[in-house]
Amino acid sequence: MGRVPVLRTILLSLLIGATAMPGTALAASAKDNYRTYCAQCHGLQGNGRGVNIRDMSVQPRNHTDAEYMSTRSDQDLFTADQKGGLAIDKSVLMPPWGDTLTSAEIRDMVQYLRTLCHCKNNAQ
Amino acid sequence: MKRLMMVLSGFVLSAIFSGPVENARAGEKGMELLMSRCASCHNLHGPAPTTLSGLWARKGPDMFYAGNKYRKKWLISWLEHPVRIRPAGMFYADHVVPGPERDVIDTSTLKAHMALSPADARLAAEALMSLRGHDDLISKETVPPGSISKSMGALVFDKFLGCIACHRIEPDYGGLSGPELYTAGDRLRPRFMASYIRSPQAWDPKIWMPNKHVSDSRIVQLVHYLQALSKGGSHG
Repeated sequence: MGRVPVLRTILLSLLIGATAMPGTALAASAKDNYRTYCAQCHGLQGNGRGVNIRDMSVQPRNHTDAEYMSTRSDQDLFTADQKGGLAIDKSVLMPPWGDTLTSAEIRDMVQYLRTLCHCKNNAQ
Repeated sequence: MKRLMMVLSGFVLSAIFSGPVENARAGEKGMELLMSRCASCHNLHGPAPTTLSGLWARKGPDMFYAGNKYRKKWLISWLEHPVRIRPAGMFYADHVVPGPERDVIDTSTLKAHMALSPADARLAAEALMSLRGHDDLISKETVPPGSISKSMGALVFDKFLGCIACHRIEPDYGGLSGPELYTAGDRLRPRFMASYIRSPQAWDPKIWMPNKHVSDSRIVQLVHYLQALSKGGSHG
């Protein structure tokens, strides 16, 4: 390896390191975000059977339920995720994730939900 | 007489200076203890993780703001006799498996916290109280003394804000992915509770506790409720 490629590699590493400085929240995949934030209630398998549900007065949505999920628009799913259940007249137990996830991450999450239900919104 | 005066002045001087010196030595020993026995699982310097991989890799709670978070008396007692605070471990998804009715905790994957001797517990607590990360956040909070009935507190905690989804308010009632809160009043400092409820992400950017934009008055109610819970009784 010549000197120039080595320098280029070092500069690239520094650049990558700079973008990972403390305080910078790097974008995460929707699957990883689901495992971190959603699975506690909606379940590791997305079936609405999370570890928290036993004492919840309203049970979390089963994201693999294609029949129900196809009745919800992508915008509804986005709003519920960003602003919480109350924003779409659903339960307060669904919290707002707008201070945790970016808009881009929530858009990715909506698409991830569509892969869990293997469905689209029928009205769209 | 002259010799007696010299001896007495020696005693006086040692009485004046031995306190701070001994305290400094104890502080050093406490920090050495933290570095040798706690640092492999607890972040003593900050900052908190800013990526999911960093979050998932965390073995124990961050301690770089322990002095702003914990009550010293509770720390000493807990370090001598540790009891699990997070029912599903540090990152719940690593300790949960699908079950017949719902996901369940695989307790075989959970590790118990080591217990310290009374002397070490005191040294460690003393050193932990000197770790004061996020003084800036604490200084913004005021929690006036007061009380709330448990029934009103439960209404705010459960029905209005939905905190029950993730936190236990009795040993067998509530959610499991967050730390139990029936000992929070003994464990946590009021201004820390207020600040963390106001913005969990300000303390721990990737944590799975959402910011619910709780109002100032509701925050005070929640802190008073958590304090009331630690005084015993049911959630009703």
